Amino acid sequence: MAAPNKETLLDWYRQMVLIRRFEERCAELYQQGLIGGFLHLYIGQEATGVGAVAALREQDHVITAYRDHGIALARGLDVNALMAEMLGKATGVSGGKGGSMHLANRDLRFWGGYGIVGGHLPLAAGIALKAKYNEEDEVVLCLMGDGATNIGYFHESLNLSAVWELPVVWLVENNQYGMGTSVARASGATEIVQKAMAYCCGPDGRGMAVGPRLDGMDVIAMYDGISEAIEHARTKGPILVESLTYRLEGHSMGDPQRYRTKEEVEEFSAAGPIGRFRNHLIEKYKNIGSRLDSIDQEVLDEVEAAVEFAQNSPDPTFEDLTSHVYVD
Amino acid sequence: MPEVTLIEALRQAMDEELERDDRVFITGEDVGQRGGVFRATVGLFEKYGAERVIDSPLAELSIVAVGIGAALAGMRPICEIQFADYIFPAFNQIVNEAALVYYRTNGEYNVPMVIRAPYGGGIGGGLYHSQSVEAFFAHAPGLKIVIPSNPYDAKGLLKAAVRDPNPVMVFEPKKGYRLIRGEVPDHEYTVPIGLSEVTRKGDDLTVYAYGMMHYYTLQAAEMVAQQDGIQCEVVDIRTLVPLDKETVLNSFKKTGKALIVYEDNRFLGYGAELAAILSDEAFEYMDGPIRRLAGPDVPGVPFAHTMQDFFMPSPEKIAHAIRELAAY
Repeated sequence: MAAPNKETLLDWYRQMVLIRRFEERCAELYQQGLIGGFLHLYIGQEATGVGAVAALREQDHVITAYRDHGIALARGLDVNALMAEMLGKATGVSGGKGGSMHLANRDLRFWGGYGIVGGHLPLAAGIALKAKYNEEDEVVLCLMGDGATNIGYFHESLNLSAVWELPVVWLVENNQYGMGTSVARASGATEIVQKAMAYCCGPDGRGMAVGPRLDGMDVIAMYDGISEAIEHARTKGPILVESLTYRLEGHSMGDPQRYRTKEEVEEFSAAGPIGRFRNHLIEKYKNIGSRLDSIDQEVLDEVEAAVEFAQNSPDPTFEDLTSHVYVD
Repeated sequence: MPEVTLIEALRQAMDEELERDDRVFITGEDVGQRGGVFRATVGLFEKYGAERVIDSPLAELSIVAVGIGAALAGMRPICEIQFADYIFPAFNQIVNEAALVYYRTNGEYNVPMVIRAPYGGGIGGGLYHSQSVEAFFAHAPGLKIVIPSNPYDAKGLLKAAVRDPNPVMVFEPKKGYRLIRGEVPDHEYTVPIGLSEVTRKGDDLTVYAYGMMHYYTLQAAEMVAQQDGIQCEVVDIRTLVPLDKETVLNSFKKTGKALIVYEDNRFLGYGAELAAILSDEAFEYMDGPIRRLAGPDVPGVPFAHTMQDFFMPSPEKIAHAIRELAAY
């Protein structure tokens, strides 16, 4: 694993800022009534998504839960098509059918956001089974929230991946709350990695590897940790890794957040992943400030252009309602 | 043409499809070494190996979900649920993922998979080994559902299901696995999904049925022809979704009377939709009440053979219903 060079680090910075600005703009559009339904922002978790996805190779797969905008952007989905999907436009990623929680793109091997908590975990096992079946050098990165580790899907999927020795990295984004319920109130094990221990000890040393608890607010730590996990998955089998991160916004828009204090949020906000990475870059490279400033501006322009694209896009038609029910 | 049992026809279909296409694999509880709980996959493990006839943990949602994930990624899985009664842990995966993915992604992904499950009563299996579950799934657009009533269709429909680009559920009348015999050609063939079949010509009334009830209906039709001179037309629905409305309506337009036989509970069973379609779309041809003969609305098929007999439509009960309707 080569250490990322300056341009790679700047690209990660750009991705993190892009996610942040995209999400902030979505929140505004939601408040203006231009985005409807439910909106789950990735603000605060940018380092986890960007670092983890950066560790993937082109042939690898990624699948995630409903809080999927950040992963979609990190994997390189078109910003215009993403914003258009938020607004329910015909030019959106899924033509307005899927909406915010079900972004997907076959070419990028991004298998989507999934609206049912935990429901995508066994699908990840199926995608990994395909890779193993065809003896292809591919790994599946499956992200989930801490809340998903309390549902049956999680245990069946971990067990299956251990028994069948599937090339999967299970990445738990522990942002400390499943909606409004803290990990301590919902999970028998507060260190999520402990749950993988139940599937770690198969015959002949086969089974699930219990990965590290990574600093999910540090993009480089995430990249390093997931790179190692991918190497493990492709050579030895499944591994579960936990990222300790924090959701700075509510579960979705309009969340009164009675389950946590303002002070707690402010503390995490001050130690947020983007500011921390920006400081790291400024310390590491002389005179990089102007590069970072111009990236900030480029991203602002990119997001604004996406909003304009989305707003000028046509709405879906009645015919679109009945298309793609069955493959002909 | 050689005569085989219904289950042997299904086994042949899977054998031939495994042979034809490397992407086809089978998974489920005991499908491999044991050859299946009903022996539907016997010999396939030895012939194709553990990589293609894959024993799974006893975990229905994973069996189906792994199939969905693999199908998304380009495989052609056949997932076996030992008894249709056990399918409910996978219900979310079937209706929320398999049925929805193609629509939700606006055609980006499809799910070419088969889910096989033995259904129905008559073998003394009691509450959790006798259920008919087709109505639950017929309510979810995006799924196709076939129920064969004879070996020829069983083989031809299962082969067509494996090749279909959509998720196809194949419910198999377990009572008929070894009871129902019929000729199956040596040469390659499939039975198209989406076509019902007139299996007996007649002018007095039409009886609609599928699976085991179709087998009984043909016996009943013969009884009333010999004893009462009533000439029934019999339609084997075969594909429940998508329904072959043309064949269904044409027969009704000819006879003007319909008896719909199904083994599931009467209330909101598949026959309720058939009755609604006939009255909506062929009202002018109606020459009597549209009758349903179905299981009573009790929560399950009880264990005691006396009560099982009370529950299930039989050739005698069907003959009785035919006589009543003919006399109307």
